[in-house]
Amino acid sequence: MDIFLQQVINGLVQGSLYALVALGYTMVYGIIELVNFAHGEVVMVGALVGLSVIERMAARGDTGWGVIAIGVLVAIPSCMALGLGIERIAYRPLRKAPRLAPLISAIGVSIALQQLAALIWGRNYLHYPDVLANPQFHIGGAVITQVQLVILGITGILMLGTWVIVQKTALGRAMRASAQNPSVAGLMGVNVDRIIASTFLMGSGLAAVAGVLVGTYYGVGNHTMGFMLGLKAFTAAVLGGIGSLWGAMLGGLLLGVIENLGAGYLSSLTNGAIGSNYSDVLAFLMLIGVLIFRPSGLMGERGSEKV
Amino acid sequence: MIEATYSSSSALLIAKGIGKRFGGLSALDQVSLSIPSGSIYGLIGPNGAGKTTLFNVLTGIYRADEGTFELDGRSLTHCRSDQICTLGIARTFQNIRLFGNMTAIENVMVGRHVRTHSGILGAILRLPSQRTEEQAMITRAQELLNFVGIGQHANQVARQLPYGDQRRLEIARALATDPKLLALDEPAAGMNDTETATLGRLLQKIKESGVTILLIEHDVKLVMGLCDRVAVLEYGRLIAEGKPANVKNDPRVIAAYLGTEVS
Amino acid sequence: MKSKVWLGLLSLALIIALPFGTDLILGRSWVRLLDFALLYAMLALGLNIVVGYAGLLDLGYVAFYAVGAYLYAMLASPHLGMHWPLWALLPMGALVAASFGALLGAPTLGLRGDYLAIVTMGFGEIIRIFLRNLNVTNGPAGIDLIDPIQIGGFSFGANHSLLGWDLPGIYSYYFLFIILTALIILISHRLSDSRIGRAWSAIREDEIAAKSSGLNTRHLKLMAFAMGAAFGGVSGVLFAGFQGFISPESFTMGESIMILCMVVLGGMGHISGVIMGAILLAILPEAFRPLSQFQQATFGHVWLDPANLRMLMFAIALIVVMIIRPEGLWPSPVHRRELHANDSEAGSSQKAAL
Repeated sequence: MDIFLQQVINGLVQGSLYALVALGYTMVYGIIELVNFAHGEVVMVGALVGLSVIERMAARGDTGWGVIAIGVLVAIPSCMALGLGIERIAYRPLRKAPRLAPLISAIGVSIALQQLAALIWGRNYLHYPDVLANPQFHIGGAVITQVQLVILGITGILMLGTWVIVQKTALGRAMRASAQNPSVAGLMGVNVDRIIASTFLMGSGLAAVAGVLVGTYYGVGNHTMGFMLGLKAFTAAVLGGIGSLWGAMLGGLLLGVIENLGAGYLSSLTNGAIGSNYSDVLAFLMLIGVLIFRPSGLMGERGSEKV
Repeated sequence: MIEATYSSSSALLIAKGIGKRFGGLSALDQVSLSIPSGSIYGLIGPNGAGKTTLFNVLTGIYRADEGTFELDGRSLTHCRSDQICTLGIARTFQNIRLFGNMTAIENVMVGRHVRTHSGILGAILRLPSQRTEEQAMITRAQELLNFVGIGQHANQVARQLPYGDQRRLEIARALATDPKLLALDEPAAGMNDTETATLGRLLQKIKESGVTILLIEHDVKLVMGLCDRVAVLEYGRLIAEGKPANVKNDPRVIAAYLGTEVS
Repeated sequence: MKSKVWLGLLSLALIIALPFGTDLILGRSWVRLLDFALLYAMLALGLNIVVGYAGLLDLGYVAFYAVGAYLYAMLASPHLGMHWPLWALLPMGALVAASFGALLGAPTLGLRGDYLAIVTMGFGEIIRIFLRNLNVTNGPAGIDLIDPIQIGGFSFGANHSLLGWDLPGIYSYYFLFIILTALIILISHRLSDSRIGRAWSAIREDEIAAKSSGLNTRHLKLMAFAMGAAFGGVSGVLFAGFQGFISPESFTMGESIMILCMVVLGGMGHISGVIMGAILLAILPEAFRPLSQFQQATFGHVWLDPANLRMLMFAIALIVVMIIRPEGLWPSPVHRRELHANDSEAGSSQKAAL
């Protein structure tokens, strides 16, 4: 088996999931310069809502991708409502507050959602029911599963869709205008509140899809699953250059691949001195390295401060 | 191309062939200046002519793409802004940049930082040397506030001061660094005639105390009345330089900038 | 002046009486909680130097707590067979943590706010991953049987008795922590009102203006990182001795975030506010504990897991407070110095008294 190719494939799949979540961070940050700390928790809610639906259907004996699709279709509006609610309750009142206040309320939302999820779904790891046959395909000494292919396909389509919306529609134009300069955009007749809400809607919708896909791929869900995922996705967004859609994509994929290669090779490269446990160290070190040499990320615009 | 003529013995700041580009746009092109020691030197030009960019280069906020500049014979071309300040150029900003939540006197005391020494240990132990220095800083800062005319506002928070006082506070903070050259970016912006006249007297007083002034200003009357020499920038180039009376009558200047305003 | 002395004496009496009263009214576990609250207060004051004074958003602060704790745990436990005394380990903890602070701070100096946050978070995680995986730190199992803190012949872990009161270790630790907290408060206060402290504030307020006023921002930021980290290291040393057992799980990013919440919720840059934030957040989850009894009494059954419910209430409180008071519960008063203009004589004597 070709370990290298296998790790790259696994890395790309994991990375595309990061990228999907990173989009939510990058879009929100692009417009209101807020690290939406609770975004990872929205993904978690998506995964658990999806799980509940899929479980019901699996109990009735339904199987196949249709079940997953219905899970996604229920998760999307749930997460959108959640995202909208978070923005309205925890962020909008703080838009003019000192910079760290919204960050703290975001942390509050994040903890609250975790605890609510624990109250609703319990604290144990929940297993996604087996509803897919998940055949495997062999390419050049490595294996790629149907689920992996579908994840790559769906994230690709969603990234492209997001790009089209942001670049080619009136809504997207208004988003970009608000990101450039909210007060001027407001003067030009853009309803900035609506635009910010739409951004949260889009991000949360993507998070819902990401959540169900993560659950399907790894087979488990839990109220704490969003935290690390969110952190990694945010790292990916920063790595790629926060505010940049393609940056989120690139950052996500890069992070996924590096992590998986690290897990695959660290141990053998260092004769076991540094085990695969250190793959996260590798990911963070890469991030730090990139930021030191390119402080605005790989694809970020160099923002020179106005003097 | 007009180049400033100078005799290097009396020049405080000499800039040679400064160039700065943003993307493809040339913001400054081959700008050479020589500012005589002890003078008030005016820098004028239409909006977007590159005046503030030149300031930012001379104070180390931007790095020049071309050219060199020196203060008192010492090259500053590759210095950071804090080093440049330490070596003797202090500045104010077009959009006032004070430490908004600190009091007026604290703002000025921050300006004293480069001329004082006490460190963390001194502060924690409240060493006698630290306390003497602290007291000297307070005294000096209060003197400077009095000098610019806002001594009575020493303990007010900077952002709550009236606009004109904020401008003066910025000048006091800059003076606190004991500069050889004080660079002022539109200090009279937003002031009425009386305030502008008071400012003019203040600048005269600063000059008399031995500090050279580099002044960007839109108020032509102020510049012409106050400055010993004037340089005119247009599209990033120096188009005229000399005594105010001569510059005022330079046809290129009239065409480019002064137009009907001076007549 | 006289009333000030009385006020001081009264506060001192209250501080001394606090653990006894707490024990009597709320029970012994609350005294332990008080000890933890003090540890958090020290941590929060350390982070306050970085975040509150210098305005650098650090999300990996717990790393320095870990450095101090592991230093003590390794050099004062059977794990490596060493039993160094506190008087050596406390300053060492401060120094080693400060070096880590400067070391980890150095590469981040050019970064802006949120980027700095994520990089510091990364550093925090890196240190935790190392703690989990190194042999010398005993991996995920952590280090056990750490020596209780001892000064001279006095062991803080042992039971003592005073005037018929039975005083377990948590009392001795309380008084030790109070003294060290007071020391840290004094240092924080003196720093904030000094040349360096003003330079930090200037950087926080406007970095470009600070540079143009001649401040070497790199140097000053490193000092802030090192100083804040030193406090973290001291707290870590105390924590390890107090707890007797540490593992990497005590130093997660959640802990960093909690400390940051204390600083911001209390009122960044304001010493009293930060202490209040720390004590409040350390105690709040515990204060919501009766919720389960309430459920039991009302419904005859505990419907909702009390631990989760408690954290949920905590989170909601955090959000509500931020919305109502985005500057923090107790922000520093705008007019910090009650000096009058041209009255610096009175001002200086007042300052000297502080």
